[in-house]
Amino acid sequence: MAFWIASSPHHHQQSETSALMRLVIYATIPGVLAQWYFFGWGNLIHIALAVVTALVAEFTVLSLRHKKISTQLFDGSAILTAVLIGISLPALAPWWITVTGSLFAIIVVKQLYGGLGHNPFNPAMAAYVMLLISFPVQMTLWQPPLSLLALDIHFVDTLSVIFSGYTPQGYSVEQIRTHIDGYTMATPLDTVKTNITMGLTVVESMQSATIGEHFGVGWEWMNAGFLLGGLYLLKRKAIHWTTPVSFLTSLFVCSFIAFVISPDSSASTMFHWFTGATMLGAFFILTDPVSGATSVKGRLIFGALAGLLVYLIRKFGGYPDAVAFAVLLCNMAAPLIDQYTRPRTYGHKL
Amino acid sequence: MDSVIERIQKGKFWQFHGGIHPPEQKFLTCNKPIAHMPIPTQLTIPIRQHIGQAGELVVNVGDTVLKGQALTRANSPMSLPVHAPTSGTITAIKAMTIPHPSGLSEPCIILTPDGEDLWQQRKICPDFQLLSKGQILEKIANAGIAGMGGAGFPTQVKAGTLAKIDYLIINAAECEPYITADDLLLQEHSPTVLDGINILDHLLAPKHILIAIEDNKAQAITALKTATAANSKVEICVIPTKYPSGGEKQLIKILTGQEVPSGVLPSSLGMVMQNVATCFAIADAVINDTPLIKRVVTVTGQALAKPQNFWALIGTPVGDLIERCQYQNQKYKHLIMGGPMMGFSLPHDQIPVVKTSNCILAPSEIEIASPFSSTSNNEVECIRCGQCADACPAQLLPQELQWSAKAKDHKQLESLNLFDCIECGACAYVCPSQIPLVHYYRVAKAEIRQQKLLDIKAEKAKVRFEARKQRLEREKIARAEKHRKAAEARKARMNAGTPAAKAEKSAVAAALARVKAKKAQTSDQQADAVAPEVSDSKKQVANAIARAKAKKLALKKQGQIDDLNTLQSNESQSSVTLSQAAPANSEQKAKVAAAIAKAKAKQQRQSLATTPEPESNATSTLAQNKPQVEVTNDKLAVNENEQSDAAQDNIDRQQKASITEEANTGTVRAANEDDNTRKAKVAAVVAKAKAKKLAEAKQACSSQDKDNLATKQHAQQPTAQQPQQQAEQTSDAAEKKARIAAAVAKAKAKKLAATTHKSQPLE
Repeated sequence: MAFWIASSPHHHQQSETSALMRLVIYATIPGVLAQWYFFGWGNLIHIALAVVTALVAEFTVLSLRHKKISTQLFDGSAILTAVLIGISLPALAPWWITVTGSLFAIIVVKQLYGGLGHNPFNPAMAAYVMLLISFPVQMTLWQPPLSLLALDIHFVDTLSVIFSGYTPQGYSVEQIRTHIDGYTMATPLDTVKTNITMGLTVVESMQSATIGEHFGVGWEWMNAGFLLGGLYLLKRKAIHWTTPVSFLTSLFVCSFIAFVISPDSSASTMFHWFTGATMLGAFFILTDPVSGATSVKGRLIFGALAGLLVYLIRKFGGYPDAVAFAVLLCNMAAPLIDQYTRPRTYGHKL
Repeated sequence: MDSVIERIQKGKFWQFHGGIHPPEQKFLTCNKPIAHMPIPTQLTIPIRQHIGQAGELVVNVGDTVLKGQALTRANSPMSLPVHAPTSGTITAIKAMTIPHPSGLSEPCIILTPDGEDLWQQRKICPDFQLLSKGQILEKIANAGIAGMGGAGFPTQVKAGTLAKIDYLIINAAECEPYITADDLLLQEHSPTVLDGINILDHLLAPKHILIAIEDNKAQAITALKTATAANSKVEICVIPTKYPSGGEKQLIKILTGQEVPSGVLPSSLGMVMQNVATCFAIADAVINDTPLIKRVVTVTGQALAKPQNFWALIGTPVGDLIERCQYQNQKYKHLIMGGPMMGFSLPHDQIPVVKTSNCILAPSEIEIASPFSSTSNNEVECIRCGQCADACPAQLLPQELQWSAKAKDHKQLESLNLFDCIECGACAYVCPSQIPLVHYYRVAKAEIRQQKLLDIKAEKAKVRFEARKQRLEREKIARAEKHRKAAEARKARMNAGTPAAKAEKSAVAAALARVKAKKAQTSDQQADAVAPEVSDSKKQVANAIARAKAKKLALKKQGQIDDLNTLQSNESQSSVTLSQAAPANSEQKAKVAAAIAKAKAKQQRQSLATTPEPESNATSTLAQNKPQVEVTNDKLAVNENEQSDAAQDNIDRQQKASITEEANTGTVRAANEDDNTRKAKVAAVVAKAKAKKLAEAKQACSSQDKDNLATKQHAQQPTAQQPQQQAEQTSDAAEKKARIAAAVAKAKAKKLAATTHKSQPLE
């Protein structure tokens, strides 16, 4: 008779890493839907492209490393990375941007460092930063919200632009991005930043068409979608509350202080919360456990540092948005933060 | 301190960090009364069932014992006796598998019950207040009571603490899923438990007695409240259900808000904790003079048709218990002693129940599909999610401990306080990567302990070595001093100028001269011997030859053919012993033999026409190496041998010396593993040569020997064939070597021819 020998504990709550990853992927759905509604098919195409590329890259590296492909390929981590890359790229960026970014994220940032659990940097953000620095032109091809476009673009048009640079009718990306009044539209953050350098106040910038009624046409809803997904993750305890709360609080406090000091040159706190990649960063990127801090205290510091960096880069840096840079800088700091925020063990240092 | 009691009275408690809520599964057994197990057919009583040393055996195999009779005697403060759970005969005392995670064996007493269940003489003590504290402690110690919650710490040590005790905490939390042994004990025997608590109260005189029980045991709480209603000193603390609130340190935190400093006993904080089952055992021991021979065991799990609590005798095999509960066979039998969180798998079902066994869990396959067994390993990489750190009741960082444990970074493990891990399993329970964290910690802890032991050993050895070095140094100095003094005395004596002194001086000078001369001689000799190895092997070969010759001579003198067989066996024996004595040499010898054989064959052919003498010589030489051939030879050349022997001896030695030298130079050297194949090949060559020779011999010899020869040849055939077959089987490399050997042999043969020409005239 075979006796089953196992190490204690014999019980397990039956959770799995892959289930956790799947949950996070599902939680991006509201944000992605908002993005699709306001900005069209671009990002969905990029997401699909990124997922395929990431899976191929992951498969290749895993087989080279003689790993168990069946379990590791579909553990959801590569797919999640790909989804995040697809979401964060400009909708009209050419196809090879996505492919290059996904390959870089999976092969270099993740697998070359040892695969899941060993990467010091968030693969999606590292890939984004690499693309932004290497291909600045393609990486700023932000598509204005559909409602502001002079042309009607549909799925086929977007697909064609991504793969050939032109719509079937022959319009170029630049033409698509042009407002009815003849100027190229930028993102809300970009608009504010440019206007301040041109001597306009923030209040004047808020009159801009891309900003619309609140903080940016489309962008505000996209951020609200990611906030919703994030709250769902919090409810399901898939992510710890500390990082997003401390990040958002930190960003709020920084922007509030600046707003109090100089309201003319500083955007409002809610503008910072609901434009750019703030909510995506708070709930989906900074909460990446692998590249983040582990203890509660450490996560609070990690999130606060990220908030501060996002604000500083948005305000004083050369790039309009800063989440990717802030995340990478915080990833670098995470081991140090962990080192100094170890909890007091029971019965020690009373 | 009052505030602590006030808080407790208000039902407010502190919280320990972390903790989990696994499915409780207590409903399986918590509503069924404790059943009595019939006396099993055999009891296995490990002589050590607690933390500490085993007692000294006081019974022998074949002894008849009464129920409650001591089987061992405590001989140190940390050792406890074990007792006969029923009357019967000691049938064996041997090492058996003990209930321990290691599955190791330890000495156990095998008791075959006689079914009478006869008690030994007992003294009932109706009022323990009449006994002194020392007497009570002695009774507890003699009853062999150890903490029954799981750790098995000797109770009299805890109860005999000299520290001033503020809180006596009775642990009835029973936080681990499935287990209801304490719950049922309280439901049915609260008054006895309270007696035990009163005895402890008498011993320790605490300010408060706190009974901690989780809020999922409503019936036990009611029973306790009824039993303690009259006692104002006792507070019943109904704590929220959370695993592992029953851990000593965690419970102290919950009740008093204090933390037990690492590496310190709770008594230093003025607290003593006892398990309810231990209290029951104390009452039984002090009042009824009953040693610890039975306990309540929860036998549960969905593989059992009738899970239940039992009063089981210590030593009852687990198999009997699960049989009683109608175990339904599973493909993989999984038996766990203890709960699902901290219990351990049993290697078979004949493991006995011991003092610390509170639960036998027999889960069905779907019920507890442990991810941490050898067959289902779903472990993936840690993603640092930190859920383990959130669940850890000791507030450790399980994920960092895990990395360091995998990296065997012992220093870092200790700085992360690995030894504060209570192995509760909460971290592994929540881990989404299904990493068997506790297993890693256990291995790391064992490695560190082992390393520390080795370090201590090494340190001791170092001290010993240093001491020895110093002692030797001292002795050397002392010796030098002694010699110096003696020399001085001698000098003084010699320089005294007396004739005796002069004579002594000249004697010394002569001795010195002798020594010098000797030295010079030896250095000359050393220069002569180029390679000591060579001379050594030569000597051995020569010895072998000499021996063979001596034997042959003896044979000749006797002139008896009947003795041939005995001789053969003798010879082969001697060659065996020789080859055993010098394994390296046997190889060379074999080669030598082969070479000789070939050479002889050539020589034979040359000389056949002229005279039969050399031929017989050659064969006889061969015979010295190969007894089988010798038989033939001796018959052929009995007459000639005597004359040719001396000359042949010379030739032989020369040949062998040269051959051995050549072999030593390493042309055909091979590793020892090749020895066998090479020998086989050599044998084959020899055999071939023999065959050839035989054929020739047949022609040359007169027909009188024909019959004899034929039979001998027949006898040789198998020996010749076998090595040939073996040789054919050898690889290309072996063939190459064989060719080289052949070449060498040819060269030898040429040389041999030359030397024979030279030496022949000597004849």
